[in-house]
Amino acid sequence: MDKFDLSLTLNGKSETRRVALDARLLDVLRYDFGSPGTKEGCGEGECGACCVLLDGVLVNSCLVPAFQAAGRRIETVESTPPDLLQTLNATGTSQCGACTPGVVMSIRWLLQHPEIAESVGLRAFMSGNLCRCTGYDGIIAGLEQALQSNAKKAET
Amino acid sequence: MQVHRPYTLHDALALMAATPTPTPIAGGTDLLVSWHHKPKEKLALLDLSQLGGELAAMRLTADTLELGALTTYWDVIASPEVSRAFPLLAEAARQVGAMQIQTRGTWAGNIGNGSPAADGVPVLMAYDATVVLQSTRGRREVQLDGYYTGYKKTVRLPDELIVAIQIPRRTRKAEWFEKVGARAAQTITKVGVAVVNDEKGWRVVANSVAPYVCRCRNLESALQKGQKFKSPEEIRDILKNDIAPINDMRSTAAYRETVLSRVLFYRLADKA
Repeated sequence: MDKFDLSLTLNGKSETRRVALDARLLDVLRYDFGSPGTKEGCGEGECGACCVLLDGVLVNSCLVPAFQAAGRRIETVESTPPDLLQTLNATGTSQCGACTPGVVMSIRWLLQHPEIAESVGLRAFMSGNLCRCTGYDGIIAGLEQALQSNAKKAET
Repeated sequence: MQVHRPYTLHDALALMAATPTPTPIAGGTDLLVSWHHKPKEKLALLDLSQLGGELAAMRLTADTLELGALTTYWDVIASPEVSRAFPLLAEAARQVGAMQIQTRGTWAGNIGNGSPAADGVPVLMAYDATVVLQSTRGRREVQLDGYYTGYKKTVRLPDELIVAIQIPRRTRKAEWFEKVGARAAQTITKVGVAVVNDEKGWRVVANSVAPYVCRCRNLESALQKGQKFKSPEEIRDILKNDIAPINDMRSTAAYRETVLSRVLFYRLADKA
């Protein structure tokens, strides 16, 4: 099996691992970089369970070849700020948890780019994260709450 | 598996001329679907993601929009100027998968992959786009309408790379796009259509109703003659010579034909 040295910045830390040439970003995060918070759902770019931020942009890590992550910044669910987790816990954003790592990363992206919400409704925004338990009510409640506390923080 | 990661277009084109010809990869949103089930031993990839420069640029001038081959759907959505100049591009971009796909998928990749269900291609073809192909032998421009010759077959030669897409800016009298799928968001098209009427005339481009995204020329010439339609069935009869829908896992030929003619009938009644 062909391998290569992959260096990237994972949740703020520079790291290097020897990984398979044909691995996906999702695989190396989970099995080489010891960051199993990111989950595989469909492996086809539909369900969004594997969402991460790649250089600050929301992507499905199952569709990113690992070699394209070389030298780039990756943020995963593991680096979620505790106060955001608290908000999402309080609003019932997570139920069974399978979709949660991806849901959290989509929410983090929107918090960094709240202007996206001006042109897209929150439910449409979350359409790339398939959740089969919450009926999305808890997810949208968490997203609204998080956007509000973000706006408040920006004011103060 | 082999991976080439050139930093310049010059190197990329040299690699495209090698044997076996590598498969270009940009956003990977088509290539990596169900990646672990795919045989990869003999695969050679040419990663375009480090090329940047001209390939990543989007240029809007007084008479043309040029999308570098690495332009993503998100680049268009996030550009108010481009979205205003070519509203259907933004509208179609928002309906390609979810945002996680839109941030990675490229317009050139959508053309290159050649899926009959490609959602980026109908609007580009309706806007009369040109595909810019380049190889070590030179550069040539091909009309997107005419780019496909069969199911996943194109006029691109093995050593050529799509480097840009050019769209002329024209005064338009009508433009709209409709996508029909199993649900509102994140769905693969059962039937779709983009319609533009500009100074060069009508262009009606449908997807998922033929082996490749195609213009409906019989309907176009009827519209050109100013024909008004009394029923969807009238449009359906004309379309019979324009499209060749099939039954597959997503829909049936009859559904596709019926829905396409109804969408066209009601939208044309509104906007024509």
